[in-house]
Amino acid sequence: MKLLKIFLIIFFIFNFTQLNSVENNNELINKISKNIRCLICQGQSVYDSQSDFALSMKLVIEKKLNEGLKEKEIYEYLIDQYGQWITYDPEFNQKTLILWTLPILLFIIGGAIIFRKLIVLK
Amino acid sequence: MKNKILLFTIVLFFIFCFVILFKGLNNSNIYVPKTISEKTLVNFNSKDLFSEIEISSDQIFVGNEFYILNIWSSWCSPCRDEHPQLMQLSKNSSVKLIGLNYKDNPKNAKKFIDILGNPYSMIIIDENGTISIELGAYGVPETYIINKDKKIIKKFIGPLSEESIEEINLILK
Repeated sequence: MKLLKIFLIIFFIFNFTQLNSVENNNELINKISKNIRCLICQGQSVYDSQSDFALSMKLVIEKKLNEGLKEKEIYEYLIDQYGQWITYDPEFNQKTLILWTLPILLFIIGGAIIFRKLIVLK
Repeated sequence: MKNKILLFTIVLFFIFCFVILFKGLNNSNIYVPKTISEKTLVNFNSKDLFSEIEISSDQIFVGNEFYILNIWSSWCSPCRDEHPQLMQLSKNSSVKLIGLNYKDNPKNAKKFIDILGNPYSMIIIDENGTISIELGAYGVPETYIINKDKKIIKKFIGPLSEESIEEINLILK
């Protein structure tokens, strides 16, 4: 009887961890597909879109995860296939230099102007 | 004097914004992936449409100088439009034409081929669209020219036109 109990406990723990991993996988698919742009319904993410492209894309993401690819590797794979535009989070490189630095520059310049005005007021 | 400089800078800034936005009006807001890409073909497994025998890409792309891979579907009307062009291409014996049937009902696909003719030496099926995504496609129809090293040397997005056929013939020469 004790043995049966132990067996049952082990069985349930094993099952739950498996369930958990499936859930984690689904969460990761959703997370990645929210960050991937649908090329058919441009402006929508793959997660939101119901186009054939988006549905197949979700399957490819799942397949790549099952093959053991990490989240970052999947993004790299898709960028290699479709270009930087496919993600909503463009990486920092020569082409995206202005995109990433301009807001910071504007923030610094704006801050400097406000700072100077404050000093003048004092 | 200081006010004048400020006014001038503001006006210049607005003119700059206006020119940029005005130029942007004429740009297409639809993104199309790069059409020229020398990428090695991914390995995939598929089924033959007629015999339903499993086949791998290694078995398909073997023994020819060039291959044309055409992604098509019976429900796609531009595929119907480009079919005469494909029939014309199929007369060129130096190239092997492979059809990748995208997310289609096999019955409809066979009917489509029966009515319009079969330009392909082989038709493989992409049941859930994943092969097409792994090839870098995003819709139907799309046509790839693949060389003997299994490199995609040219991509045509959308239906093939007369000009595309001329371009393909130039590459095949």
